Amino acid sequence: MIADPIAQGLARGWKVYDASTFDRDRVVEADVAIVGTGAGGGTAAEILAEAGLAVVLIEEGPLRSSRDFHMLEREAYPQLYQESAGRRTKDKGIVILQGRSVGGSTTVNWTSSFRTPSETLNYWREHFGLNDYTEDKLAPWFARMEHRLSMHPWDEPPNPNNEALARGAHALGIPTAVIPRNVRGCYNLGYCGMGCPTNAKQSMLVTTIPAALDRGARLFTRTRAQRFHLEGDRVATLECSALDTSGLRPGPYTLRVRARTFIAAGGAINSPALLLRSGAPNPYGMLGKRTFLHPTVVSAAIMPDVVAGYSGAPQSIYSDHFLHTQPLDGAIGYKLEVPPLHPILLATTTPGFGTVHAQLMAQMPHLQVIIALMRDGFHTQSTGGSVGLRDDGTPLLDYPISPFVWDGARRALKSMAQIQFAAGAHTVLPVHEAAMPAHSLDEALRQIDALPMEILRMTVVSAHVMGGCAMGSDPHTSVIEGNGRYHQLENLYVFDGSSFPTSIGANPQLSIYGMVSRNASRLAGLAPAPAKP
Amino acid sequence: MLLALGGCAASSDHHDMLRAIARVMLDGAIPDTTQALDAAVQGIEVAIEGLPPAVQGEIGQLFGLLEFPLTRRLLAGVGPWSRATDAEIAAFLQTWRTSNSTLFRSGYAALHQLVMAGWYGNERAWPGIGYPGPPHIA
Repeated sequence: MIADPIAQGLARGWKVYDASTFDRDRVVEADVAIVGTGAGGGTAAEILAEAGLAVVLIEEGPLRSSRDFHMLEREAYPQLYQESAGRRTKDKGIVILQGRSVGGSTTVNWTSSFRTPSETLNYWREHFGLNDYTEDKLAPWFARMEHRLSMHPWDEPPNPNNEALARGAHALGIPTAVIPRNVRGCYNLGYCGMGCPTNAKQSMLVTTIPAALDRGARLFTRTRAQRFHLEGDRVATLECSALDTSGLRPGPYTLRVRARTFIAAGGAINSPALLLRSGAPNPYGMLGKRTFLHPTVVSAAIMPDVVAGYSGAPQSIYSDHFLHTQPLDGAIGYKLEVPPLHPILLATTTPGFGTVHAQLMAQMPHLQVIIALMRDGFHTQSTGGSVGLRDDGTPLLDYPISPFVWDGARRALKSMAQIQFAAGAHTVLPVHEAAMPAHSLDEALRQIDALPMEILRMTVVSAHVMGGCAMGSDPHTSVIEGNGRYHQLENLYVFDGSSFPTSIGANPQLSIYGMVSRNASRLAGLAPAPAKP
Repeated sequence: MLLALGGCAASSDHHDMLRAIARVMLDGAIPDTTQALDAAVQGIEVAIEGLPPAVQGEIGQLFGLLEFPLTRRLLAGVGPWSRATDAEIAAFLQTWRTSNSTLFRSGYAALHQLVMAGWYGNERAWPGIGYPGPPHIA
């Protein structure tokens, strides 16, 4: 029997309140109110609670833990993801995987842990005046979180799905490397995306949040932050809806939070949406703009041997080769990784229907899949998307895909097909509604050249939402300062992936942890404030 | 807007339509039994219930269009779902899938996502694809 640290904490008397059980309106007071419990909110909660501050955490999703994690997609997606893992952009062209439970996306991510690439930081300093964002100055904060979350290069053999990426790339002289993962005593099961059933993944759910709760922080779940109420240049209160038992709709009761300091950490999409609903000052129209996705395209292959992509650490090998084959601000580059392969994720991503679809699904144990994550936001033709609000106030991301990005998609499909054939695939299928399984590289390349690059034909997905509350020194081109403070509001901070002024060019969790740990420490007075330029 | 023509709740009874569409979308994947098809349709209905209200509303509009006789004939080219043939339904799905209108393609994408999630989340689907199911943790 695996011990469940959440069950144990609740038994110790943690102050956790499920708002769907409210029978009246409630008001709470705190030093700091944090909206969101993912990478940003979790990291901030631990640091601020340990500094002795009274912390209240607001989470829209439920509190679920290892005893609830049954490695079943049909349970995990509705429980642990935004919009049942089927969140889409406004024109439906991109499917977005984003978490929605205590721990946010860290509860369901695939554990890949990279520091922010130095070239990304260089670009931020040059273009956004973020002088404090140097590799050297951030290094101790990354190191602190790497230690806190047991991040280390995966030291077991990669599963065959990852191994095929390494094998194919090596045959072509393309370098690959081992991915650092935030795990401790990992069982190598392959179900990180459905909530870790063994608590090996060092997500916010089992690390910083328990630490904050042990320090007396209060956590409200199934509580939707609706709006900040502003008084002058300050946030006075946060108004929340207690959701009903479905966890999807506001119930009759509200929660009001009074605090000295407020932190938006609902993630990109949700944080800018909360600020838009609040009527936060937006003098230059930057709020919600420059939202980035690492738009991701997919290539499937059938291998002669069993791959069993559903089993074993989902991501352990990557290649940054195609991020460096052109300048950072040239044609869009892409990072290569592989995804875990489980029935729903695979069946919904596989194009076509009827016997064509069924025949591909029937080969699931032999399927090998590579994904290319495109690094958006470093070019004038890659300005990302923009978050708006639906009639009911819920967020909607408009992300038109530019020809610049489509060009990258086509190049990426070619690179992946090349690697898969080099790894011994006898069939490669670029994941596109008009593609047919190709039996040779020539056939695949010819086909890819002819594929129409249009939404809802070419499959595009994203698991990394970034931006929308961009950091920068100039309020004309950004929303918050480098220390996380909202330009026009004195006591409102944004501590999550929405603060990035471009995409990261790597899986973003460690970027959020590192930057938020510095900014939260400064807010708590535990670290020196940045020198004024 | 096309979808504004529709408009009944996603949760109301769309059993015949969903059965018909699932039968064709899952041709070759699902055993030809009432039981299996019922399981797929139930999976779809559960999946819809888990979606946020705004998305349920959109699906309700799509289903409304596909149920209302005039729009069903006009947009999908099929008669009543309980009598539609596999060939008619496949032609409808293929037309939407390859349409030049992103609206039709997005309608197809929604059906594809719901049907595939509804069936492949179910243990019954797994033997056919060689998926052993989640491992046992000692």
